[in-house]
Amino acid sequence: MRRVAITGMGVISASGRNQGEFWRTLSTGISAIDVISSLDVSQMRFKNAAEVRGYDPESEFSPKDLALLDRFAQFALTSANEAVSQAGVEWSDDLRERSAIVTGSCLGGRGSEEAGYWELFHHNRTRVHPLTIPLSMSNAGASHISMRYGIQGPVYTVSTACSSSAHAIGQAFWMVRSGMAPMAIAGGSEAPIFIGGLKAWEAMRVISKDTCRPFSADRSGLVLGEGGAMLVLEPLEVALARGVQPLAEIVGFGMSSDASHITQPSPEGAARAMRNAIADSGMAAEQFGYINAHGTGTQANDRTEIAGIRAAFGAHAGHMAISSTKSMHGHALGAAGALEAVASILSLRHGILPPTANYTAPDPECDLDVIPNEARKVEVEACLSNSFAFGGLNAVLAFKAYR
Amino acid sequence: MSESIQGRVLRVIATKQRLPIESVRPESTFEELEIDSLDRLNILFDLEGEFEIEIDDEEAKKVTNLREMIAGIEHLVNAKAQSSPTD
Repeated sequence: MRRVAITGMGVISASGRNQGEFWRTLSTGISAIDVISSLDVSQMRFKNAAEVRGYDPESEFSPKDLALLDRFAQFALTSANEAVSQAGVEWSDDLRERSAIVTGSCLGGRGSEEAGYWELFHHNRTRVHPLTIPLSMSNAGASHISMRYGIQGPVYTVSTACSSSAHAIGQAFWMVRSGMAPMAIAGGSEAPIFIGGLKAWEAMRVISKDTCRPFSADRSGLVLGEGGAMLVLEPLEVALARGVQPLAEIVGFGMSSDASHITQPSPEGAARAMRNAIADSGMAAEQFGYINAHGTGTQANDRTEIAGIRAAFGAHAGHMAISSTKSMHGHALGAAGALEAVASILSLRHGILPPTANYTAPDPECDLDVIPNEARKVEVEACLSNSFAFGGLNAVLAFKAYR
Repeated sequence: MSESIQGRVLRVIATKQRLPIESVRPESTFEELEIDSLDRLNILFDLEGEFEIEIDDEEAKKVTNLREMIAGIEHLVNAKAQSSPTD
């Protein structure tokens, strides 16, 4: 079994279009949630989301490439480019042939699909655009990264709703740890801001009309976000041998299924995933000082997650700091686990824990230290990143500081 | 005489839950009718369609039994009648 280092990370999100911007806004507690600007929301019951602003696809991609890239695939590729560049990957034929890519996405390119169907249903067209399928397939992001870098090993996409990219990173971690792949690019991307998707979320009655206030007594639901994040994973000894500074180690991955309800979360399912991640890390629960929570800001998730943390950590839960960065970058669904993995790793690296923004009032059912509103300077040894999905599918990642 | 608002609410719930109409009464609790959070979403959706009204998320969360649900729908239907022009 190899120790696995993260040597590169890339991000595009409402909280910043690269790793540096992302960390500056998270560590200063600034929320990127605002009124949706990319489409007309006059017929929507909610108006706010965390959109990627100031992003110009034409400056990132050639017109020819862009014609093949839904917004979610653009996010996958731009974040992968940043991650590969930071890792300074030294390509060889063998590395290209055996490296892995695992991406997560809940919706894939459903925005492009909607655009095609819109023509069919509203304009009485009899045809849809011939690229509707390759644009909308959920593996498009992984395939474009594969083609960009000539990576020919295990390349696939996981779709487990809001846990997608945490499952993706966990599987890539296990492939590198076991020696199955010499390097992996893993993460996820999501572009959920299109009318049909927003309307479907509206009907679920879980979207806040205000903002995302995780763990706060007056929380009123989640706020959708968009973006992507990718990590480069490689054996620690390989990274050190080629003189690359590891950003952190990924040490554990735990999965579980609630097997109970399609939308209501279970504290026991969450707790089992956390216990599995801790056991997989080989570390003691007391070595973990921070949890980047799933923390969606819904009544059900937040109290269930806190109960799950108490069940998994026992008395140590009271000695940990917990925050939800979704309060700032929104809930990016299939990209959430990857964005939060980056936030977790940067927390370890900088010795600063990002806050839960928009917090106003304590909730007796969420009575752990949730780092309200202001970042905290604390060096922790290790942290967890929680992701829990509709359908009861849970994925938890464990990271350790590399010092 | 046309069906009362209460009667229509009970019918929507009975249909959605596939229950005999006589088993759905104003004094029934959600628990008795085995109505969970997802069933409530479906019922709210069907009630919005039945009465052509919009039910606010936060108001809907406060409703804990059928009597409150019927009262809420009556309030919204009356408010709609008063705001629309007579013809």
